[in-house]
Amino acid sequence: MNSPSFPAIAIDLQLTINGVVHQLTVEPWTTLLDLLRDRLALTGTKKGCDQGQCGACTVLVDGHRMNSCLILAVSKDGAEITTIEGVGGESLHPLQRAFVECDALQCGYCTPGQICSALGLMKEGHARTDDEIRELMSGNLCRCGAYPNILTAIKQAMATVEKPA
Amino acid sequence: MNRFGYTRPETVATALEQVREIPGAQFLGGGTNLVDLIKENIARPNVLVDVGRLPLDQVVRLPGGGLRIGARVSNAAVAYHPEVGRDYPLLAKAILAGASPQLRNMATTGGNLLQRTRCYYFYDPAVPCNKRVPGTGCPAKEGFNRIHAILGTSEHCIAVHPSDMCVALAALKATVHVEGPDGPRSIPFAEFHRLPGDTPEQDSSLRPAELITAVELPAEDFSAHHAYLKVRDRDSYAFALVSVAAALKLTAGRITQARLALGGVAHKPWRDETAEALLLGQLPTDAVFKFVAAHVLLTAQGFQNNHFKIELARRAIVRALRGALTSEAQP
Repeated sequence: MNSPSFPAIAIDLQLTINGVVHQLTVEPWTTLLDLLRDRLALTGTKKGCDQGQCGACTVLVDGHRMNSCLILAVSKDGAEITTIEGVGGESLHPLQRAFVECDALQCGYCTPGQICSALGLMKEGHARTDDEIRELMSGNLCRCGAYPNILTAIKQAMATVEKPA
Repeated sequence: MNRFGYTRPETVATALEQVREIPGAQFLGGGTNLVDLIKENIARPNVLVDVGRLPLDQVVRLPGGGLRIGARVSNAAVAYHPEVGRDYPLLAKAILAGASPQLRNMATTGGNLLQRTRCYYFYDPAVPCNKRVPGTGCPAKEGFNRIHAILGTSEHCIAVHPSDMCVALAALKATVHVEGPDGPRSIPFAEFHRLPGDTPEQDSSLRPAELITAVELPAEDFSAHHAYLKVRDRDSYAFALVSVAAALKLTAGRITQARLALGGVAHKPWRDETAEALLLGQLPTDAVFKFVAAHVLLTAQGFQNNHFKIELARRAIVRALRGALTSEAQP
């Protein structure tokens, strides 16, 4: 880091992804999304627009929902990342179960982003009414138009999941 | 993506030194705009100096009652900050009217000020653009200019500044604190962003190698009478066609203080101090609001596809001022 030219070289970083610590050497221009999908084979996180507009790439970074396509992986050294692969355990997370039970998807491509985003929404605790949930899920587009059932699923999960402290 | 180097300094002094010393170095904040611009080959930094570890993440109450927001406090953290909600609800509402929850979690206070226009021609390297490559021309003037400016344009550029947050900061008379090669200085918000003139490539009055360290809000309470009205094609997660930040103080039924700023209409957040002065001493009636709205748009000039914005802005100003009387979020 003391080189006067600061060449475009790969950089060491540590990420905790779904509870597993990864020591990685990553080129600065690698997005978190590409790192997850191409290097770590965590392909549950989807690449939709790759411009921060569709929300398909949403993951939780230190508990906050973010668009992984606009994050340079090197900028998140030391962070804890949760992707869709880390949401459930032996069984489905109540939010995942609610998506299944409420038929909240058709093609499913946006679903990992929808679920990570909704987990962030539930943790933030600013959405109470239907309109507030709609507004605070507006960063996730669904080309199949499953919005009504996504809303129902999130409400069902909010009713069953205890609000984190 | 193009290749670039990366540093993550721990101190402001080191960050300033790196951006000054390394050719082609540029600060990286939340990345929501810059990373996209790099992907699109619009921004071509040689090295990114990540400000993400700098100690600029505090919201501090000032002795005089103002609030100082560190440059890398996220847009979400500002919008949901209890003291912002209580004393500067106009700012909270403007921030929450912009972008998406994910982007607001990433985007920083300083970065929001420095985001570039979303003009289609600026974003398309295959076409000329005076903002992207000075001297090449402005296809927007004769092109698809529905989203473009109606106030303060020049023959070289009709792009608009895309921020909602900055419209509220203009109305609230914020101050931008920066540090650079010449030391620290403070820039009144009205002087931070600029009109395109002959140099549309310059969005702001920030000098080379200067870093925004904080945004300061003065100790003025408009919490009783304010509104942020955003008119857009889609009711959420879309840039403004026209937005209005309005803030009033009323004494014995008359307007004793007024702030009015517009977004989506100019190269900068468009605060109109003459219009504010016209409101002083007046009763808050529709007739007064319509008179003032007409005044704001006196010099407006439309292009083929955006003439509608002139009337839209007039009506939005009236609605926002009316809404400010009761502090409705979206009157």
